[in-house]
Amino acid sequence: MTPAAPATAVDVLVVGAGPAGLAAAHRLARSQAGRVLVVERDPAPGGLPLHCRHAGFGLRDQRRLLDGPHYARRWAAQATRAGADLWCETTCLEWTGARALLCTGPGGLRRVEARCVVLATGCRERPRHARLVPGTRPAGVLTTGSLQRLAALAGLRVGSRALVVGAERVSFSALLALRAAGVRVVAMTTEHPVPQAAPALRWATATRLRVPVWTGTRVAELHGTGRVTGVTVAAVDGTGVRRVACDTVIFTGDFVPDHELARQGGLRIDPRSRAPVVDGHQRTSRPGVFAAGNLLHAAETAAVAAACGTEVAAAVLDHLRGEPWPDCEPLSIRVERPLLWVSPAAVRPGETRVPHGHCILRVAEPIAAARIEVRQAGVVLATHRIRRALPTLPVHLPTGWLGRLGPEGGAVVLRLAGRPPGPDAGG
Amino acid sequence: MTETAPAPPAPFDVAVIGAGVVGTAIARELSHFRLRTVLLEGADDVGTGTSKANTAIWHTGFDAAVGSLEGRLLRRGHQLLGAYAGRTGIPVERVGALLVAWSDEEAARLPTILADARRAGHRNVRAVGTDELPRLEPELGPGARGGLLVPDEGILCPFTTPLAFATEAVVNGVELRLGTSVVGAAPGPAAHRLLTTAGPVDARHVVNAAGLEADTIDALFGRRRFTVAPRRGQLVVFDTWAARLLGRILLPVPGRSGKGVLIAPTVFGNVVLGPTAEPLGDRRDTRSTVEGVDALLRRGRRVLPRLLEEEVTAVYAGLRAATEHRDYQIDDDPGLRYVVVGGIRSTGVSSSMAIAEHVRDRLQAMGLPLRPAPDHEEVRMASLGERQLRSHRDGAAIAADPDAGRIVCHCERVTRAECLAACRAPVPARSLDGLRRRTRAMLGRCQGFHCSAAVVGLLAEATGRSPSSLVAPSRGERRGPGPGAPGHAE
Repeated sequence: MTPAAPATAVDVLVVGAGPAGLAAAHRLARSQAGRVLVVERDPAPGGLPLHCRHAGFGLRDQRRLLDGPHYARRWAAQATRAGADLWCETTCLEWTGARALLCTGPGGLRRVEARCVVLATGCRERPRHARLVPGTRPAGVLTTGSLQRLAALAGLRVGSRALVVGAERVSFSALLALRAAGVRVVAMTTEHPVPQAAPALRWATATRLRVPVWTGTRVAELHGTGRVTGVTVAAVDGTGVRRVACDTVIFTGDFVPDHELARQGGLRIDPRSRAPVVDGHQRTSRPGVFAAGNLLHAAETAAVAAACGTEVAAAVLDHLRGEPWPDCEPLSIRVERPLLWVSPAAVRPGETRVPHGHCILRVAEPIAAARIEVRQAGVVLATHRIRRALPTLPVHLPTGWLGRLGPEGGAVVLRLAGRPPGPDAGG
Repeated sequence: MTETAPAPPAPFDVAVIGAGVVGTAIARELSHFRLRTVLLEGADDVGTGTSKANTAIWHTGFDAAVGSLEGRLLRRGHQLLGAYAGRTGIPVERVGALLVAWSDEEAARLPTILADARRAGHRNVRAVGTDELPRLEPELGPGARGGLLVPDEGILCPFTTPLAFATEAVVNGVELRLGTSVVGAAPGPAAHRLLTTAGPVDARHVVNAAGLEADTIDALFGRRRFTVAPRRGQLVVFDTWAARLLGRILLPVPGRSGKGVLIAPTVFGNVVLGPTAEPLGDRRDTRSTVEGVDALLRRGRRVLPRLLEEEVTAVYAGLRAATEHRDYQIDDDPGLRYVVVGGIRSTGVSSSMAIAEHVRDRLQAMGLPLRPAPDHEEVRMASLGERQLRSHRDGAAIAADPDAGRIVCHCERVTRAECLAACRAPVPARSLDGLRRRTRAMLGRCQGFHCSAAVVGLLAEATGRSPSSLVAPSRGERRGPGPGAPGHAE
């Protein structure tokens, strides 16, 4: 469409300057990977932590307790100091070649051609419409992401009485943002029988923040024209319908990967997680193209995303230094319900490691005292005992079984032991 | 400061009540003549009622009742709008439609529909056999019994259309008064006095294009030609990836309660599924319901099974101004110098320009002098369609103004320059919804997760209003029956 767009050649193009992209760029630039360019569509680097104006970041990867904006800026400073170039306000529109992307920004259209591309485009929360919540369509219905950004606008009054939908980690981030904005929180609701966040956060809710958590509860209808005036909530079994007055509703969590660029490029997508399929080296289905961070597992903490970025850098470096792209198809890792998805969703025979040293799983419903079986061609390669698993929280599956995979054995299947074969979570 | 009271303003030649797509089209038509015209709208923007919450189909009228006014005006309006869209940049795409029969009973009705369409002059409509259906639409679900191909049916932007009409009207001297609801009328021998929420308005001729309230206004003139019986249409919009699943509009065989549930691509690049057809007593009830959405999803799964694998971007609902009559209700009263345009339902966007011609002729016949105005200007609208050259891809525009490359809304790729232009236009955006409709900002898959603060900040900057007043409108500020879009909700 725009053949005249000038071209820039780089060794590594990192798409997205969140924790994963910045950590990858930092490690790559420090390792003399050549020219490393990070493009970020927002005006400033940092990704989602940039908008989390509360503590809880950095202990794992920056060795100090930071708030989100300071954490984000630290990673950005480290990446640029190491020598990575950073273009903000730059959007990758589409692929123009196997490892070439057309970008736009205030400086005009530009083609970036890279030897390796790292997709670190992150994730977003499902908004109200995508959750098919019925009712009117009033103002005051937000996601945590939009709440955090709106609350940062000077002089903006978010609301006065809020209901928080969800009780996972990010829901508490919403709670803190509402508190800082002077908004009273009526309650948090979750469809699950227990809140998913860590016990410490649950304790904080019950005591310091004094917000009741209504478990087993779903939002049945939104009310109000113009501004939201209330919400009908009901028990998931349909009983206990009641109306709650509020002028703000925050839909939290229920993350989906921002996988649009990956999909536009025709990369293989895992139907379960909607993430691009990668192997243990975070290699996508296209040679030279890698993926990292919460694009692969929506959503883990910033520290996990950053660690994933650091790991992908190692794989990119190997490839830049001549390690050939494997020409065999990777083995899919499939999951059966009630397991929801696994990251990575593929592995190549001979790989002995996956990012983080374990697979990350999600479950569709709370699970207690169960065993996860790893099977290939009907043979159980390993079992892993889990005491308890909650939806939206990670389950870590050790990968000692990687060495036992048969290259001709077909897909790896993860399922709960002792249950009848469940439907494929992607079906 | 003056001591004497100002003389009462001279009456307008024409007052048009209602700035939906029909009212704006009429105002635009009248702006070609040396007339003083006022366009009165109760809401805070043009095109906020039925006009904005519909399936965004550019109808040919091939399935309209034989010999009906609707059929005649649709055929003419389809052509007029196609030509006008080309001149002004309203996004339209002649994607064609495939009407699919899903039972033997429906298949048996196809020959009649085909014959009626041919008789009404739609000569390129043709039958499609079951063997050809999968070639045309490979993703179609199993069980289709045959169909009709309608090559001229298309899709359009229901936001840009009334906005273009209103802009052209305003640029050519029509006075647009928003937030002005007509609550009373005192018909007079020389001029009528309309009592509005913003003071009286005098006009020699009155055109009632009030849509859902057309019968209420009609009653103010002592008439009861029809009763509006609103029909709610819920719609589900799927993310752009769903557009790969279909090549054209997929229509059902029309039933007794309307055109039925269709699946169509939109000019914004996503896919719309709907509408339901629910008779309602309440003229403002644009809620979506579990039952309505479930029914749509069941239908969607049958017609296009893979559709449901894609993410839903928006669910919305609009009201169609149906009446007890099947046809349009366009009627005039020469003694009263009054024309009513009622019962336009969902085909109004497509027929609007022909309705405007029709109303113009009626006004002329009752004595309104139509002398062409010199120097009539047409307008050029912002390119909102996926197939148009949009700001962020326009290298020359970005070179002239870096803001044209500064994307604010990532999902819909709306730039800062587009938002600022919408705030400075002849009919400017004054609210977040107004900005959404003019730019697509916040209409995408993330529904503001990434961009809402940036868009709010930009609108506050451009309008001089506080961010709080934009995010938390008072109840009076949104009088339209509810948001919607060609595939998007607000």
